[in-house]
Order: sequence, then structure tokens, then C-alpha cells
Amino acid sequence: MQRKGLVGVLQDAGFYGAVAFFFILAAFPFYWMVITSFKTNADLYSVQHIPFWFNDPPTLEHFRYLFEKTLFATWLLNSLIIGLCVTAITLVTALPAAYSLARLTGSTGEALGIGIFLTYLVPPTLLFLPLSRVVATLGLQNSMWALVVVYPTFTIPFCTWLLMGFFKALPVEIEEAAIVDGCSLFGAFVKMAIPLSLPGILTVVIFTFTLTLQEFVYALTFISSSDQKPITLGVATDLIRGDIFYWGEIMAGALIASIPVAIAYNLFLDRFISGITGGAVK
Amino acid sequence: MVAIAESVPKPRARFRFMLDRRGVLGSLLVGPAILYVLLLVGVPFLMAVYYSLSAYTIYNPSWKFVGVANFIDIVQNPVFLQTLSNTFIFTFGSQILGLILGKFGALVLLKPFPGRKFVRALVILPWAVPIALATVAWQWMFDSLYSVINWTLIALGFVTRSNAPNWLGTPDLAMLSVIIVNAWRFFPFAIVIFLAGITAVPQDVLDAATVDGAGFWRRNYQIIVPMILPIVAIGLVFGIVFTFTDLSIVFLMTQGGPVGATSVLGFAGFQTGITSGDVSHGAAISLFMLPVLLVVVVAMLRFIRRREI
Repeated sequence: MQRKGLVGVLQDAGFYGAVAFFFILAAFPFYWMVITSFKTNADLYSVQHIPFWFNDPPTLEHFRYLFEKTLFATWLLNSLIIGLCVTAITLVTALPAAYSLARLTGSTGEALGIGIFLTYLVPPTLLFLPLSRVVATLGLQNSMWALVVVYPTFTIPFCTWLLMGFFKALPVEIEEAAIVDGCSLFGAFVKMAIPLSLPGILTVVIFTFTLTLQEFVYALTFISSSDQKPITLGVATDLIRGDIFYWGEIMAGALIASIPVAIAYNLFLDRFISGITGGAVK
Repeated sequence: MVAIAESVPKPRARFRFMLDRRGVLGSLLVGPAILYVLLLVGVPFLMAVYYSLSAYTIYNPSWKFVGVANFIDIVQNPVFLQTLSNTFIFTFGSQILGLILGKFGALVLLKPFPGRKFVRALVILPWAVPIALATVAWQWMFDSLYSVINWTLIALGFVTRSNAPNWLGTPDLAMLSVIIVNAWRFFPFAIVIFLAGITAVPQDVLDAATVDGAGFWRRNYQIIVPMILPIVAIGLVFGIVFTFTDLSIVFLMTQGGPVGATSVLGFAGFQTGITSGDVSHGAAISLFMLPVLLVVVVAMLRFIRRREI
């Protein structure tokens, strides 16, 4: 009996050890962001101090510097504008497209939907050279509006696919009933399908926004002026003077930009997964 | 049989005139999205192919056709061959590491324990947070002087300050570092994919197998693994595509260095095509991604088709 108890305790210890391993693996870099962003420089740049906690009292100097002496507020605003515009473009194009592919075009729609989704897999590193010429032709080089034009190339495919799933899950009878009652086909889409798929639309809004925040390659390629950068690019590339990295400021900026994305993902994770796996499991 | 065969045409005839209108409205609704994707993905893709066959640079923007000369230049360059093999090492190293971490993580998170929701929410973070920002945090953790990893190793007595590893300054360690960061970025995604697959296996199938005498391993490898294979395959497609074509981790952490040890296709294409302005060679380097992407995409399409049958 005692032996069994010991084995049980060991198993438990092993299990919680594994939990702790994954916990630390996932969370430590973010803990590191937090602690770096609140440490004084003297504390930060010392090989003697134990780095895991505050040896000097925490400070807000990095955050103050970030907002007062850098373009951080501008980057935040740029990202917000880019996110809103891309979300608007995506909704206006992907919503009708998804409805059409789910309801109106039959089996061609299914094939077309897969085709559109596959374009989501065409990587930015294959397209950035020609797209930088397209951007130049449009007169948008070195402007954040270039990103507003280019980001829908991956948000539209992704969101069309996601919304197709939502529309397919709606009972078609509701729209048929509306049509029988004299509603036009387009009316059934606007008055019935859209209001019923509001949760799907909300998901798409959140994900379009986070996808624009996560994007790095196009922003790096098209934008070199500091005041046009979105937040991810600005924090990662603009807080370095020569060889000197402003680690406190960089981590503070990364922290601020990460929090909204982290929350959004946790709230909408299940829908994201069912979106990209397209119901591979039934 | 006869009765069924006769009853089929009826509803079809009833809906025929509707179908025409549906077709028209359907094309109108799907048109803008397809146009957008064609103009800004399809056309640029063809341009990329043409660039790679031309002598185009930003200093001399001619569209002169040079055939496969750019590709011949590239494959004769030993630096490029190293880049190509780096890309494979980077991709498969990080995917294998990510899958192992993902499978074990899923097993751990499957079992209920106090605080599971909280741990689960935190474990998602590496995948959710913009990779450029997380990469910068790792870069700071791998710092040559103030690395917290080295500090810990020194404190534990594994190394001394004088021979502490210079993570991003030594070729092999630099490759290991970018692989770790990329595996770290993908393992939550792998966990989520495994969890979604495992929880979707119907319990009655497992119960039936148990009744028929299947043990833990048999249930695991003859029922669960085959049933979750499609979803894992799709997850892997994403992992491979986004890793094979990645630029941001290498760009931010190592700039392809030291001496090209971590240069990958995406980074080399960027360096040549954008930084040096040699668009045609840059495009040719990027196009080397295409065969791998095609293989992966075909595999994915087969999985989708198999699912439908």
C-alpha cells in the first residue's frame, strides 16, 4: 500500500513537473519582457545582480521615455489606422464572397473557396519584390497606406474561409423561408444571414486586426521612415541607436503591443482553429 | 431504385430558374474578393516569376529576358547552397522540436488539474504574440553579455563567465537559437491542434475498442493517431509553409550571421532583392521556395479530398 502511494506521489510530481516545464517555457520570455521594462538601467546592465527580480525599486522611466522621446504613440496610432482600414476592406469583400461560396455557387464555390484559401499560403517573402514595385506604381512607397493596400491579400483569403464555415453552419431554411415570404436573394443575405452570423463577423474583425499587428515582412520591406511604421516594426527596429539597443524601452513597447493580441487570441482561439483546419475533424 | 431515379429531376427543374439568378448574384458577391486576390497575389506572383528570368535591378529596371541565367548564377554560388541547406535545417529542426513539444504539451493539458485554464491561456502566448516582438525578447535573453540563460548556467556552475556560450555569435549555436525560437513560437499551435484532434475522437469508438480488448497503446496508435492525422497534417502544412518562408526571426536575431550560418531563403531573397537592389536574383532566390510549397499544398489538397470521400 505504501509503495503504491509512493508511486502515485512520484507520478504526480512528474506530472506537475511537466506542467511547470511548459508553463515556464511559454511564459518566461514574457516575464522577461515585464521585468526588463520596469527595471532601472543600473539594475538591467549588471552582471552581478540576480536578473530574475528587482534589485533596485521598479521604475516607469522606460515607459516615460517611450511615450515622450520616441515615436511610440505615432506607431500605436498607425497600427490602429492600418488595422481599422484593413478590417473594413476585408469585411466588405470577404463577407459577400464567403456567402456566395457557401450558398450560391454550389460545387464550383467549394473549389473556388479552397483556391482562395490556398492563396493565404503564398508567402510574403515570395511576393515582396513585385509588390514593392506595385506599391511604388501606386505612389505609396514608404507610406503606411501601402500596408492598407497589401494586408488584405492575406486577410481576405483567411476571413473568406472562416466565414464560409460560419455560413455553412447556418440552417439554410431561415433564408429559404425569407425568400418564400417575398425577400429577394440579396435581401435574404443582408437581412437574415448577416445578422445571424454576427459572432463570425466579430471573430473576423478580431483576427484581421491581430493579423495586421503580427505582420512584419511587408512592413519591413515597404516602410523605412520612422513616422510611418506600425508598432511591431517600430518597436523591433527603431529603438536601436547604432549598436546600442534600448532594451528597457524595447521590452516596454513589446509588452504594450503584445497584451491586446494575447487577450484576443485566448478569447477566440477555438474559432481560429476550426477556421484553419476547415472541419478536418468531424 | 426506379422510384428514386424518377424523383430526382423534379426539385432540380423547380429550382432551375432560381439557379441562374443564384449564379449571377453569386459571381457578383464573390467578384471583388477574387479580383483583389488576383490583382495583388496572382499578378505579383507572375511578376516574381518574370523577374527571376530577367536582368531587372533597381538601378537598371529593364525587363530584358535572360532565361535561367539568374538561376545558374545562384546555384553556382556556394553561399546560396548553404542558405538552401540552412533553410531545410531550420524548417525541419524547428518543426520536429515543435511537434514533440506539442504532443507532450497536449498530453499534459488533456488531464484535468487545478489551474489548467490559466496554464492553457499562458501556453498560447508564444504563438499569439507578434513574432517580431517575441523574437526581440529572445534576442535579449541570448544577449552576449547580459544573457539570462548564461547567467543561470554560470550560477549553476555549468560554465564560467569567460567560456560562457555566445549564442548568436557562434555558427552552430546561432542556428540552434533560431530553431529554438521558431519551435517555441509553433509549439502552442501544435498543442492546440493535437488537443482539437484528440478531443474530437468519439468516446464510444474508444469504449468499443476497449470492450474488444484494445489496450492503451493499441487505442493510441491504431485509433487516435489515424483519426487525428488529417488535422495534424493540416497543422504541419501551416508550420512548414510559414517556417520555410520565414524572414523575421533570422532578420531580427542574427541578420543571417555569423558568416551566413543562419541565412535562410527568405532572408537571402530580402538581402539580395531589397537591400542590394538586385531584384532579379532576389526573385530567383525566393522562387526556390516554390517546389516545397507546391509539394506541401498538393499534400494538403489530397487530405481535404480524402476527408470529403
